[in-house]
Amino acid sequence: MKLLNTEQLSIIITRLCHQLIENHGDFENTVIIGLQPRGVFLAKRIVSQLKQLTGVDQINHGALDITFYRDDFRRKDEMAAASETDIEFEIEGLNVILIDDVLYTGRTIRAGLDAMLTFGRPKRVELLVLIDRRFSRDLPIQPNYTGRVVDSIASERVAVDWKETEGEDCVTLFKKVKDNE
Amino acid sequence: MSSLSVDHLIGIKHLQRSDIELIYKTAENFKDVINRPIKKVPSLRDITIANLFFENSTRTKLSFELAEKRLSADVINFSSGSSSVKKGETLIDTVNNILAMKVDMVVMRHPNPGAPYFLSQHVDAKIVNAGDGTHEHPTQALLDTFSIREKLGDLEGKKVVIVGDILHSRVALSNIYCLQKMGAEVMVCGPATLIPKYINELGVKVSHNLREALNWCDVANMLRIQLERQDMAYFPSLREYSMMFGLTKEILDSLDKEIIVMHPGPINRGVEITSDVADSGQSIILEQVENGVAVRMAVLYLLAGKIERES
Repeated sequence: MKLLNTEQLSIIITRLCHQLIENHGDFENTVIIGLQPRGVFLAKRIVSQLKQLTGVDQINHGALDITFYRDDFRRKDEMAAASETDIEFEIEGLNVILIDDVLYTGRTIRAGLDAMLTFGRPKRVELLVLIDRRFSRDLPIQPNYTGRVVDSIASERVAVDWKETEGEDCVTLFKKVKDNE
Repeated sequence: MSSLSVDHLIGIKHLQRSDIELIYKTAENFKDVINRPIKKVPSLRDITIANLFFENSTRTKLSFELAEKRLSADVINFSSGSSSVKKGETLIDTVNNILAMKVDMVVMRHPNPGAPYFLSQHVDAKIVNAGDGTHEHPTQALLDTFSIREKLGDLEGKKVVIVGDILHSRVALSNIYCLQKMGAEVMVCGPATLIPKYINELGVKVSHNLREALNWCDVANMLRIQLERQDMAYFPSLREYSMMFGLTKEILDSLDKEIIVMHPGPINRGVEITSDVADSGQSIILEQVENGVAVRMAVLYLLAGKIERES
């Protein structure tokens, strides 16, 4: 089932950008960090749109890999492959906006916070997600900015597709038939 | 692929090319980690690792210990100088006694070739070979090739010469396996007495002339003359060895191209390599040391991922 099509997705991203500008102005003291692997696509979109909307050339943004901070190491059959971390700026004393595509159990964000803190002590951290699966949380973590709230059960899966990788911007809800699908 | 095809790291010989690529990729991520303000990840916080060094080592032991600590593992150290080995205990007894204290992984250096393999067959822990006699030193080869790859982008088609005591060198053997698996060409160079008789079987070129070898290669890995393993005279004098096979700035500058100079350490300055070469811009000796920690973190992390968790 398609939750969001290209047009709806674009409207939501624009709205999220306006909310960020409302709180962070010209992003002089704010940096944006996308979580690997899927959060970085959304982060890039948001950064490029923020630049258009504000006219600011330079918004510090990077990608953060959380593989080594996960709490399910050796609990899964298949090990997760690590991705690149690319944070070429200081976060000490700044506002950080963490970005991911789907907020589900909250465990990824928990690991992301740990990973981020190895780069310094930010002044304040906010969380932006495109999809909030609100009834599936394992940890007390809530987003500051949400694209769309989705009521889904554990056996379902939400996939966010991007033009860069899947050929189309859209969000889809899959009913899982078997565990592996 | 995101896990290794092997359960222990005994030698490069037993690894697939895809294993080596996975170790490189993971090591790149760890290299990034150890350059952060907080150089530590929590991945191995429920793992205990024993470093068993039945033979002297400074840098390998430090490098492994640092890698283990950066991964948040608990670490215990043991060296044979101060142990019950001297009182006549067997290897399996020593190790089983240590494992009885709930140790998950063993990093071992041992003077006898095959000791880590033997152990992997008899004890219930992941074994990492940190050098077994004149056999293999897999993590050294992984960090050497990782360093070359970092400098040259790729190993495919690259020409590497290993100079020195090939006969006694576990670094040479592991490097030969690793370089060949990654598609590089290998030449060994040294006095005829220090080149094993059947080295051709490994598919490497042999030269007894340093200048000829250097003209051929992209990378020169200068091995240490292991004075402790020279139980007979393989060459007339250190001075003669140094004149024939020592790398000097003069030879290096006379070559047509700029080659990369490596050394696994510890350096005998003025024997296999002069000080000005060791400290020159072409030398990546200190990069090798930094990469050693990242590569060992990758190996330990990937092997630890294969330990079954007690539930």
